Amino acid sequence: MKLKPFWTVSLLSVLSVVVLTAQNPGTGTPPGLDPASIEGPLGGSWPTFAGDYTSRRFSTLKQVNTSNVKNLTLAWMTRVLTGPRGGVPPTIIGGVGTREFTGGTIKGAVLQVGGVLYPTAPDNVWAIDALDGREIWHYFWKTRGATHIGNRGVGIWRNYLFFETPDNYLVSLDARTGEERWHVEIADFDQQYFSTPAPIVVGDHIIVGTGNDLDGPGFLQSYDPETGKLQWKFYTVPMNEGDPGLETWPNLDAARYGGGHTWMPGSYDPETKLYIFGTGNPTPAYTGVARPGNNLYTCALVALNVDTGKMAWYYQMSPHDTHDWDTVQSPILLDARVNGKPRKLVSVAARNGYFFTVDRVTGEHIVTTRYGTHTNWAGGLNPTQAPWPAPAKEATIPGALVSPVEGGTTNWQPPAYSPDTGLLYTQEDNSFNMLYLTDPDPRGSMGLGGKMRVEVGSGGKFLTAIDPATGKVAWRRRYPNPGGGGIGFLATAGGLLFGSDGSGNFVAHDAKDGKPLWHTRIGTISNAPQTYMHDGRQYITIATGDMLWAFTLY
Amino acid sequence: MSSQQSAVSGRQSAAWAVALVLLGTTVWAQGRGGIASFPAQQREPDPPELIAKGRAIYDTECRSCHGPDLRGGERGGSNLLRSAVMLNDRAGELVEPVMRSSHKDRLPPSGLTADDIKAVASHIHSILALAPGQGAPPPGPPVELKVLVGDIGAGAEYFAQKCGSCHSATGDLRGIGTRDLGPAQLQNLWIAGGRGRGVGPAAEVRSAPMSTRREATVVVTLPTGETVEGRLERIDDFLVALTQKDGTSRSFRRTGAVPKVDVRDPLEAHRNLLPVYTDKDIHDVTAYLTSLK
Repeated sequence: MKLKPFWTVSLLSVLSVVVLTAQNPGTGTPPGLDPASIEGPLGGSWPTFAGDYTSRRFSTLKQVNTSNVKNLTLAWMTRVLTGPRGGVPPTIIGGVGTREFTGGTIKGAVLQVGGVLYPTAPDNVWAIDALDGREIWHYFWKTRGATHIGNRGVGIWRNYLFFETPDNYLVSLDARTGEERWHVEIADFDQQYFSTPAPIVVGDHIIVGTGNDLDGPGFLQSYDPETGKLQWKFYTVPMNEGDPGLETWPNLDAARYGGGHTWMPGSYDPETKLYIFGTGNPTPAYTGVARPGNNLYTCALVALNVDTGKMAWYYQMSPHDTHDWDTVQSPILLDARVNGKPRKLVSVAARNGYFFTVDRVTGEHIVTTRYGTHTNWAGGLNPTQAPWPAPAKEATIPGALVSPVEGGTTNWQPPAYSPDTGLLYTQEDNSFNMLYLTDPDPRGSMGLGGKMRVEVGSGGKFLTAIDPATGKVAWRRRYPNPGGGGIGFLATAGGLLFGSDGSGNFVAHDAKDGKPLWHTRIGTISNAPQTYMHDGRQYITIATGDMLWAFTLY
Repeated sequence: MSSQQSAVSGRQSAAWAVALVLLGTTVWAQGRGGIASFPAQQREPDPPELIAKGRAIYDTECRSCHGPDLRGGERGGSNLLRSAVMLNDRAGELVEPVMRSSHKDRLPPSGLTADDIKAVASHIHSILALAPGQGAPPPGPPVELKVLVGDIGAGAEYFAQKCGSCHSATGDLRGIGTRDLGPAQLQNLWIAGGRGRGVGPAAEVRSAPMSTRREATVVVTLPTGETVEGRLERIDDFLVALTQKDGTSRSFRRTGAVPKVDVRDPLEAHRNLLPVYTDKDIHDVTAYLTSLK
């Protein structure tokens, strides 16, 4: 969607003030954030994981722009404290477990609505004043256990927040006070599910994904924001005889233990009411011998009707994956001309080193290209133009040299797209690992087992700009330090692309060519940059572990 | 997954990479019973007698279908290590209905008592508790893996062609095959050039597991023509830092191409070969290096 000229930043700011000042405690039952406002375009607030539903992470704000970004300076920074720590304000404690996880870091979206920021870490949510970084409240969830790898943020519906806990609860808080409204169990803890995603609010749906490293089936669920009742549940693998996709598995048992987890938020197209998301790898991850076939709908882009949870279309980006390369990377909704015709598209720079563009209405394949410079694992493209794994580049007993590494050419780090430049920005990691098969059992292994993996060097790490209509790389910028690379990007109408360089620098690039225009060295950056307008000023935020930083112009 | 990252997305730090090279393992220790564990790993161990009784019954009644390692077998028994029934079961209460229904005809006419079934469940839970994390199965008996498959002659030839300008079988790599590394470890180390990652801050990679550590050096040429040289400590688009021969540290702001920065990394040749090797080349060179006694 190309922005119309009259849709200016000042108009946006006025609108956000109207929407957000409605959220004023003490006026009965204030309406809070209207879910319809999440449709964007993205400006004053940051009301959902990627800013708006397109996952472009493109802000219409341009108070900070290519000509003045050199003066960008620190407005405030604040440290969030995890766990049931004392102090002021006191921590609100919830949870059904007895364990206290501390030490988590900010690795997700920090929503900004009504002048309040909501950063998270596993089991922790904070409300922070967007003007000075002052903590307003803190909620802490005592856990039953599970993998505490990260939390990707909250969702917001009117005055209610929603977040997922590692031990598989969807928890709803009052955004104004941090008091818990309710919690519901969303996945089976015994079966080793664990939950990291940011819930996505679409109308009266809270879309909730989850994860699992053991061989449980993947699913996406929708909950009622008022009551926490389940609205629908979509399994990403066949669960019953006769289910579509079963023909791509050797048998029902393999499918039901086939993975395909939903651990990153998707995008939403209000025109078609389709929620479009990527699914995780099939399991066992590295030993595909026990699951011959394409293993639908793992490693696929899937479009569901948001009201019914029924699948409209799918496109599989890594059929029969054998490298743990989930294709959960943010699908970016964009419009571009393909062969001269305007098309409604969705693009993914996938973990497996390939770039895909698909028609977002029909799922028709448009483009496949290899953007990972040294990506070497595929035997070719199948009839649907998706790469299939060459057996020699799967884990072998004598070892196979494979690029990308297990973490992928990119991973959860969110990409960005600017309609002004027409470019999609992603990180590109060309590291190599030796992959050894350590469990040659013909029954296959389980989970991520059965292999040994050793990183042996890098062919370079880049900021890479791709034309989504052709899949061609427009330009690459190499990071001098290959140990690093970005934790996601933010593009703005100010002509800027914000990112991090893996060397501790927060960097503003020229979105046209990637040239760095401003930087500040603040340490190991742990989430993707965001921006918002508050009290007349544009702020750019970024996190380093337990520190949240806000930059502005004075 | 997360594998997120793939979970362990946060699993990408350089420290990790080095640790992985050194240890030759990616098992992500979840800390048994710790915060990051699941119920299968959190449960209190059952009395050993109960587990032993259960194992004996399992071996007689269950093993032929479900396998000695519980991962299922040729006769169609399901994989009990990932079975939803077993994962949700606490003390046989979910196992018993299965035994009494679908397994009825497969068990001896005398059947199993509730206590027998509880013992079997206890045995299975004791195995589940050994899972190392990320869904991997509990370690089984060691499997012989023939990593060494290369051709020594072809490896010697490849070595002479591609490696000989920096390395020598009678010099720096003399007797490399006698080191107690094992072929996979040796292979990882020579491909990586003895370090976990390529060029970069020396701070990230401190150990030299194979041979003398070869560090990247840098020559900085200032606009005045003055040159400053030393061990590369840190480089990004905005700064280069080095340690001079006398141990003093220098750092310089970088603005575009000024000052001129010339990094010399002895591992560049290794990195440049990564996209070039075939797996056969790799296996051949490993065979050759292993033969250097």
